[in-house]
Amino acid sequence: MGLEEKLPDGVLLASVEKLVNWTRKSSLWPATFGLACCAIEMMTFGAPRYDSARFGMEVFRPSPRQADLMIVAGRVSQKMAPVLRQIYDQMPEPKWVLAMGVCASSGGMFNNYAIVQGVDHVVPVDMYLPGCPPRPEMLIDAVLKLHHKIMNEPLGPKRAERLADQKVELVPSSQRFAR
Amino acid sequence: MSRPSRPGSNEPAPTPVGFAKGFGLTFTTMFKKVFTEQYPFDIYPTAPRYHGRHVLNRHPDGLEKCVGCELCAWACPADAIYVEGGDNTDTERYSPGERYGAVYQINYLRCIFCGLCIEACPTRSLTMSNEYELALDNRQELIYTKEQLMAPLLPGMEAPPHPMRLGDSEKDYYTVDSQAPLQKGEPQSSANEAGRPITGRAIEVGRHHG
Repeated sequence: MGLEEKLPDGVLLASVEKLVNWTRKSSLWPATFGLACCAIEMMTFGAPRYDSARFGMEVFRPSPRQADLMIVAGRVSQKMAPVLRQIYDQMPEPKWVLAMGVCASSGGMFNNYAIVQGVDHVVPVDMYLPGCPPRPEMLIDAVLKLHHKIMNEPLGPKRAERLADQKVELVPSSQRFAR
Repeated sequence: MSRPSRPGSNEPAPTPVGFAKGFGLTFTTMFKKVFTEQYPFDIYPTAPRYHGRHVLNRHPDGLEKCVGCELCAWACPADAIYVEGGDNTDTERYSPGERYGAVYQINYLRCIFCGLCIEACPTRSLTMSNEYELALDNRQELIYTKEQLMAPLLPGMEAPPHPMRLGDSEKDYYTVDSQAPLQKGEPQSSANEAGRPITGRAIEVGRHHG
């Protein structure tokens, strides 16, 4: 992704990896990309009742240059697909995509020529969130699972090689954060 | 601080009293109860009839209620359900009657949780739980198979295949008497008392509509 690829692998980078991942997941700024009814639930996610500020992601960035995460909330039409790809390309690395709702994930009930059958035809998706629309808790759950994935991401090609066949287990948030 | 009001508007000019009123409201808000729900730590129960993940139910003796009729698949507006029926035999019986659901899949990336499948189900086999934490990072694992959807075996239930225990014919399974063992047992769920936050594992898989 950058400088870390030039550095040698070792004891130092093992803990740097954790630190880097922690900083990345702790302020995951989403790009504003609401397309349909899911966007309403996404707004609720940012509003006081669910309060995304608790996870350091209350700032929905209108500019893709300042965003780390694209929450594709809603159905993606064939005409919107190139726009979506351009927004994604404009986002700086590292970047993640969350397909929110069944329409973004697979086309949902709109199995027709106008709708892209899953946003993974256009951009790589890191987290699929079912629901029509998903309730804000479900979005929080998906975001926390994505945080967990980011925390386990390898830093640099050597670590990536070592962790290649390791699968991150995604546990429901009510279990993982049970007190 | 005074600012001349815009010409032509009937908005009064700002006064110190006005400022005190406005910021006073902001100040008092600091002492109000916080509105935020601490979701991953406190679980607020959904409405009892919330449309969550599906459950395939069992008869009190453990046989499956699903008869493989595919009515749920036909009712589904999103084509999310795939069913293949199979024939019961005397040696290998999964449900009372002739047929059972041999393959049962629900694609949660198509399902819109409308509940039309539940309305269509003639045997009350398919119901919905209140579980909603379904997000995953691949499309394959979000197609739930029959093993994932089947309700857990409760005490007194026996894993199929086994012969009919509640009577000689299929009809005996749909009488009031046959349902009696269920009613005697513990209540299926205490998860849904409205307005009360629950800690720990609160979202249960069970027959909430059964």
